[in-house]
Amino acid sequence: MAAEVGGDGGGKKKQKKGRKKRAIPRIDMTPMVDLGFLLLTFFVLTARLSVPTVMPVVVPADKDPNDKEQDKVSEEKILNLILTGKDRIYWYKGGGKKEGVEINRTFFEGAAKKSDPAAEESSSRPAYWGEGVRKVIFEKKQELKKRRRELNFTEEDPLIVLIKMTDDAVYRNMVDILDEMNITEQGKYMLLDADPAEIEIIKAYEENEGKGFSVEKSLAKIASGAGNKK
Amino acid sequence: MGKIAVKRKSTFIDMTPMVDLAFLLITFFMLTIKFVPPESVEVSMPSSIATTAQPPKNLMTIIISQEGRVFFGVSNPDDRVNILRRMGKEYGYTFTAEQENQFRLLNDVGVDIKTLGQFLDLSPEKRKEVLKTTTGVPIDSTNNQLDKWVIQSRFATNDGLSLVIKADQKTPYTVIREVVNTLKKQKLNRFNLITMQEADPRPGRVETNEKK
Repeated sequence: MAAEVGGDGGGKKKQKKGRKKRAIPRIDMTPMVDLGFLLLTFFVLTARLSVPTVMPVVVPADKDPNDKEQDKVSEEKILNLILTGKDRIYWYKGGGKKEGVEINRTFFEGAAKKSDPAAEESSSRPAYWGEGVRKVIFEKKQELKKRRRELNFTEEDPLIVLIKMTDDAVYRNMVDILDEMNITEQGKYMLLDADPAEIEIIKAYEENEGKGFSVEKSLAKIASGAGNKK
Repeated sequence: MGKIAVKRKSTFIDMTPMVDLAFLLITFFMLTIKFVPPESVEVSMPSSIATTAQPPKNLMTIIISQEGRVFFGVSNPDDRVNILRRMGKEYGYTFTAEQENQFRLLNDVGVDIKTLGQFLDLSPEKRKEVLKTTTGVPIDSTNNQLDKWVIQSRFATNDGLSLVIKADQKTPYTVIREVVNTLKKQKLNRFNLITMQEADPRPGRVETNEKK
């Protein structure tokens, strides 16, 4: 496979005067092409098309337990999202924990969960996150904006989202929910751990998959649970 | 009666355009490629709409694998030896010059400081074996070595590192919480999560890198 530098035919005709014929230099480029494509393949295979990006996160500093002045936030502003295993999200409005029994109103008003086994199995972001959580956040946002005057809120967007993680949740859930905060342009949110009382209620809810679930019974549980805690 | 000699056509193809193209593509890929240093553990990151590119240098990376093993790494090799010496002092271990040299080349630590010396003496192949079974940097409350690694790295570099967390999609939240709590104790409330980019579902937003 040596490079053949040489005449391209045509030698016979012009052999006059013993003059050396002018050879058109022609190089066999096969090895070069081979090498070229080898390198090309290498770079194509090692190239990573998607560049990793970073998502900044701020976690709240641990509170000083002696400071009683904190947490004086109107409960109307709060939306709680509880992230559990199997990519499920439960949510309720209001402060809940503060007065002990105040988890009333609309607990499980609509657990943002669709029974879609395929979505639960798949590794990508469950489709209902987008439709479900986003809708819940937007609705609450709109509601608060409408009632802003009546409730005497000074902020333009009074909503505060409390994201509560349970032990069964995975890292992707956390990133997804923080992502939802960015998508809904929700500036005020806090990443917290779920209360034991909330976990209890969810457990009770999941046991009978929402059927025959009684908020009252769970409220009693919370009352005792939260009472002990405070 | 002479036979008509069919002229044998040369099979020589002019490959110049092909070579041009190939080299053009090579140049393109060579210039766009960014070599990623190999990490001790493979993680598949979740995706988000975040568009900020990962900072290129002065990084302190905490890698958390799917099984919850924690690895700690500092991007600048020059800082590494310094950090290792500080860690040695903290735990009462001394490392030989050769071990320090090896550590300089190590992208991340995923073993207990007790066995780090031994680990550094091993050949790269043996290390891979060890990394398969290692439990990572301990983060339990009684023996929180990650805490010390982070503190010493901050001291060694005058707090000039940005902290990134690179965890697997399926890492249990319990481990993430442990790591975050460790950082919180050091008043590190701000950090970055490494994600892959995905399309922004908001109408009118196009996936770009120009946002920030």
